[in-house]
Amino acid sequence: MKLLKLVPDNTNIHFLKWRLPFYIVSIVLMAASWGLVLTKGLNLGVDFVGGQMIRVTFERSAEAPVATLRDEVAKLGYGEPIIQRYGKPNEISIRMKLPEGADHDASLSDKMARTITADVKKNHADARIDGVDSVSGKVSRELGWDAFKALGFAALAVAAYIWLRFEWQFGIGALFALIHDVTLTLGMFALTQLEFDLNIVAALLTLIGYSLNDTIVVYDRIRENLKKFRKMPMPELLDLSVNETLARTIVTSLSMLITLVALLLLGPEVIFGFTAAITLGIFVGTYSSIYMAAPILIWLKVNPKSFVPTETALEKQERLAREGV
Amino acid sequence: MLEFPRWKVIWLWALTIVCALAAVPSLTSMTNIQLPASLPQPKVNLGLDLAGGSHILLEADPSQVRQQRIEGMDESVRGKLKAENIRISDISNNNGSLSFLVEDPSKVDAVREAILPLTNGAGLTGKRDWTITVADGNRFVLTPTQEGIDQAVSQAMDTAVEVVRKRIDALGTKEPTIIRQGAQRIVVQVPGLQDPQQLKNLLGQTAKLEFKLVDTTALPSDVARGVAPPGSEIVPYATASEGGGVASIAVKRLGGIRGDELTNAQMTNNQQTNEPVVNITFNTEGGKKFANLTTQNVGKPFAIILDGKVLSAPNINEPILGGSAVISGRFTAESANALAISLRSGALPVDLKVVEERTVGPDLGADSIRKGMIAMGVGTLALAVFILATYGRFGVYACLALVLNVLMILGIMGIIGTTLTLPGIAGFVLTIGAAVDANVLINERIREERHRGRRVVAAVEMGYKEASRAIFDANITNVIAAVLMFAFGSGPVKGFAVVLMIGIATSVFTAVTLTRLWVAQWLRRARPAELNL
Repeated sequence: MKLLKLVPDNTNIHFLKWRLPFYIVSIVLMAASWGLVLTKGLNLGVDFVGGQMIRVTFERSAEAPVATLRDEVAKLGYGEPIIQRYGKPNEISIRMKLPEGADHDASLSDKMARTITADVKKNHADARIDGVDSVSGKVSRELGWDAFKALGFAALAVAAYIWLRFEWQFGIGALFALIHDVTLTLGMFALTQLEFDLNIVAALLTLIGYSLNDTIVVYDRIRENLKKFRKMPMPELLDLSVNETLARTIVTSLSMLITLVALLLLGPEVIFGFTAAITLGIFVGTYSSIYMAAPILIWLKVNPKSFVPTETALEKQERLAREGV
Repeated sequence: MLEFPRWKVIWLWALTIVCALAAVPSLTSMTNIQLPASLPQPKVNLGLDLAGGSHILLEADPSQVRQQRIEGMDESVRGKLKAENIRISDISNNNGSLSFLVEDPSKVDAVREAILPLTNGAGLTGKRDWTITVADGNRFVLTPTQEGIDQAVSQAMDTAVEVVRKRIDALGTKEPTIIRQGAQRIVVQVPGLQDPQQLKNLLGQTAKLEFKLVDTTALPSDVARGVAPPGSEIVPYATASEGGGVASIAVKRLGGIRGDELTNAQMTNNQQTNEPVVNITFNTEGGKKFANLTTQNVGKPFAIILDGKVLSAPNINEPILGGSAVISGRFTAESANALAISLRSGALPVDLKVVEERTVGPDLGADSIRKGMIAMGVGTLALAVFILATYGRFGVYACLALVLNVLMILGIMGIIGTTLTLPGIAGFVLTIGAAVDANVLINERIREERHRGRRVVAAVEMGYKEASRAIFDANITNVIAAVLMFAFGSGPVKGFAVVLMIGIATSVFTAVTLTRLWVAQWLRRARPAELNL
């Protein structure tokens, strides 16, 4: 049986030749992402800003009547709703700010949920209420802070681990690649205005784990080659390492993509944003291990000596004695 | 690397088979197949986002506990000093502490001695739960310490969890989860509950029932302005109509009794008006107190106060000695029933407030499971085709490992009783994609080593050895991410983290250890001179 070979043997692509232009592109993309996050903002869900979210499916309509619904809900006197589709065109979420004073009296937010759901059901016979989430301001602030802590700690912890297993330059390289991946994903969320909720934070954490997969595989090979080819110049050695692991990189990324695309197209709509974030992360993560994590080692002046154990005082004495000084 | 002693082979297979078999109940529960009841049946629980149901996060107000403690101390001090015949005056419990004047300055030491036993040690720090200071020679100030309050809040929360559990059980809902979270919160999860309104009504009610004498000396104009005579307090009516146009009433602070010494509370209908009322039965102690109160105050009105609001203020026409009473207060059948349940389960030691609530309809969850299953099936199949085409025989091993991996994850989740949530399904699919990575790393490395001219056995051995390092490091970083997700995430995210962690462990086992076993056995059996890889 002839086996499928996506990457020919012994490729010799000069990836690192283009490192500077790609670095510039990446930095521009990162800046653009931050710009988007700061100007357009993330479409934060009730998990992080507090409020109420009601999910509705219009079972016998191809498309949810978003505009009518917006008018109807606005008329109820609780302020302007944010109505958004998620997944299929007939599935929407209505988001509201909690009424004044709801922080002290939860029955006010109850009343709002009941009024809105009753109104939607009355006006649309095929409306099916799929869920109501009410999150108070206090809880949402805590959830936001917890999410921030989790992301920060995760990034630092994995960078520290890589520093421990490799060298400090590798830790910085991995951290940089990580920040790059997370930033671009955030940029995508700002651009598409997909809802950013707790699940997306889980997706970002997963992304941190899996985008590092690639980085680690490349780093592992760099370390191996550094020990093997002491005299090889760094850019050449990095190219060799990336080329040697290229087949693996392509096959693994494709494997992940196959399952993720199945999940994106056929999986539950509610986690569409979650899957989209991870899918994007796989692309960005693969790119960043080749073009972010590897070249940074040149600038941080990694060389074969980094992996030669340094001489202890005792060893130096012995060497000098041997050399007869 | 490729040596497997017989005991190890048996052990590996036994572990795999046990874990995979444990997945069977979880899988059959989605179909109509009935397993014999005599077999152990570990099953994966479905999270609320899949099964539908309500999640409610309740928060207590610790400032309330502080005030309660001060008021409690007020009563204890009065009682104690009265028994010792020491007169005190100018008692105030308003400014976060209790203060009073000892009228006879020579009794200050006696007072100190008398009230010291009323305080206790708090926590492990050796601190007490109250600080006692004396100002201006004869003014005592008792301030609750933070340690004492923390301890009281903690105890109150333990009691609150019990009360909440009793109340929810009374509703007859199945398998509620009630967990204390942090210092001041309780998480309540009720699968399958679609309208949490009844539940929230029940939990929102503190159910502190009191009977207090009405202060008939109070001038209506003073009461209307919110000014109470000394020793009395103003309490508002629950409904304006009950007061006959008057919004509140003055009641005597002391001399009343609490309605917590009950043996039963039932909703019934008033025979004359057919209005729903709550019939309460005191225990012996409570019955005695109630009998005393009504005997001593025949002809006077007393107020029935629930959670700081007057339900009604009837006249005591005759002593009530039977140990039971009827509470009316313009209830609906539902609110009367809720009150009866609340009184039966005891009062909540603190008010609880809903700070987060999530309700998921049953259709959405069922839809998600179905779609998740389809996505998983299609994804796995497509992946298997890809891997088989890429690695041939080694691909077969990888796919077999993949299937066992899925079964083992399900099995272990069932055994340790974790919950599968919506993001957890995604975690599942993701783990499948990621688990293949280990095989890809190994197989690519074997290919490489063959190209470098190593012989078959040496190449396989090198492949496993060299790839293991990267596999190990990559999985550790995933574990780090998953642990932090578990530590900081809430419900569904935690579920995702658990699936990831189990998946990492099982995928290393199946993708590295098991495939190595199979490859080793094949090499020994077939002794191939060439690998088709």
